[in-house]
This record gives sequence, C-alpha cells and structure tokens, in this order.
Amino acid sequence: MLFSVHVDVQLRPGIADPQGSTIERSLPTLGFPGVSGVRVGKSIKFEIEAADETAARSEVEDLCNRFLTNPVIEDAAIELEAVVAA
Amino acid sequence: MTARVGVVLFPGSNCEFDVIEAVKTVGGDAEILWHGDATINGVDAVVVPGGFAHGDYLRPGAIARFSPVMEAVQRFAGEGGPVVGICNGFQVLTEAGLLPGALQKNRGLKFICQMAELRVESTECVLTSATALGDVLRVPVNHFEGNYTCSPETLAELQGNDRIVLRYVTNPNGSIDDIAGVCNEGRNVVGLMPHPERAISALLGSVDGVPLVRSLLQSVATTV
Repeated sequence: MLFSVHVDVQLRPGIADPQGSTIERSLPTLGFPGVSGVRVGKSIKFEIEAADETAARSEVEDLCNRFLTNPVIEDAAIELEAVVAA
Repeated sequence: MTARVGVVLFPGSNCEFDVIEAVKTVGGDAEILWHGDATINGVDAVVVPGGFAHGDYLRPGAIARFSPVMEAVQRFAGEGGPVVGICNGFQVLTEAGLLPGALQKNRGLKFICQMAELRVESTECVLTSATALGDVLRVPVNHFEGNYTCSPETLAELQGNDRIVLRYVTNPNGSIDDIAGVCNEGRNVVGLMPHPERAISALLGSVDGVPLVRSLLQSVATTV
C-alpha cells in the first residue's frame, strides 16, 4: 500500500527559536500587535510503500528519529494517509 | 614518527586546507579523507573541519553523518583514536552521536564572525593536553549555528565529569553554560565551535591555536 506522509518538525518547547521571535517582534510594525507564540518549523512531505498503516507509521517514526529530526532539539508530528488509486 | 592527521572532506567543507596547513605548521603530516571512501587510510588522528557539509540541508551535519567515511571515523573513535570536530565538524559529531547535545541557531539570529576568548577548563583531552588549566586563548569563531544546547541531565554529566573543555570568556552565541567545546566520555573525541586552525600565525591575528593543534599531535603518541 502507498501512504502519503506529512511530517511537521518543530523545535521542542524551551528550545530558543530566534527565527520565530524575530518574526514576532516585527509584526507590530506591520500592524499586527496581537500576535504571540510564533514558532518556525519545517514541513516535510513524501510517500512511502508499506504493508499496512502500522508498518508505515513505524517506519516513518524510525526515519524521523534517525534522520528527519534531531531529537535533542526537535519534535515531529506525523500525519499519514493511504493513497487511494484513482 | 610524524603524526598523520586525516582531514575529512565533505561536499561543502571549506576549512580543510586551513587545517592541513595548521597541522603542517605545528610539525605534523596531514591529508584529505574523501567522504565517499569507507576508510580513514590508517591515519593517527581525524579532524572533521568546518564549512557547510551537504549545504547544511535539513540540519547542519544531518546528511554528512551518513557518509561512508563516518562509519570508519565512528569505529576509529570507538577504539580510542583522537577525533576533533571544528565548527561544522562539531555539528557533524553531535549528529553522529559521538558527542552529546546539539548546536542551535545563535541567540540573536546573527551569523557571528569575530575573535573569541576561550578559557581552558580541562587539560584532560586530546585537544587541550598541551595547554594549562585557566589559559585564555584567542581563537576566532565563524558560525550561525553555534549555540550549544543539551538536556539538564546531559549538562550535569558534562559538568560532573569535567567534560566541558573550553568555555567562552564572553559568551557570543547563547551557548548553555558558556560552552565552547566538549569531549566524550573517553576524552578522545572533542568538538568545538571556534577555529584553532585560523589562529596559527601572528600575521592572522593569533597563534593561540598552536597549543591546541600541538595537543592533538602529541595525543597520537599516547593513544596509538
């Protein structure tokens, strides 16, 4: 089965996000004074072939831990969906 | 016997010839190790130099750590061989799990290129054995992601086991506990953000990198 995968990588809570805070600081100048908690992450999309959803998820988790994220500073949220042949 | 130092070259490394020059200036021999070869050619010590290996894509060091040469470096480090990661090389060694922690973007989101003062906090490792405790060395830093971070448990372990080998006198990048360089448990793997290879000649502003390179060359005699 083919699954489409979306991995959302975010810095872990407590890890400084200078990009996010720089964006946040610039917003009042642009006329958006009420925005807070800006965090910048990465969105990674791909497709994976696996026997079933459980197998696909476990492979993606492994991939995230070993390569797509650095677990010391980042967390990954995984969304996974079976691709239905058209 | 002249110590032979292997300097790993990834696509995007840019300090490899500076390291080779520095090693030769201090009396060693040095050669390039190609990232695609699964061997370190029998060298006595390995330096992973600075630069932007694989364009720093995904994260600095994330792709470089899977290079064939890194398996050989891992094995060498496991056998007690001296391995030093400078700047991007430090990032590669943390990604490879040879050193704890990670390097995040500098506090202030600025690329920093300046002279830094480093205090020797431990002389018990392959990069500082020829220095004296408390020595202050002037060595340049040149990085965007040099803000060292780790879990509170890891920090306690580093502090408790004398594994923080260099600290910034004035913290330029937000590194936790002013950390500029750390070593592994075996004290044969060291990572640091500053560039000792750029502090080898008075003409370039400092010769304080010399004792660091000399330490590495001397460590060969004791570990091989």
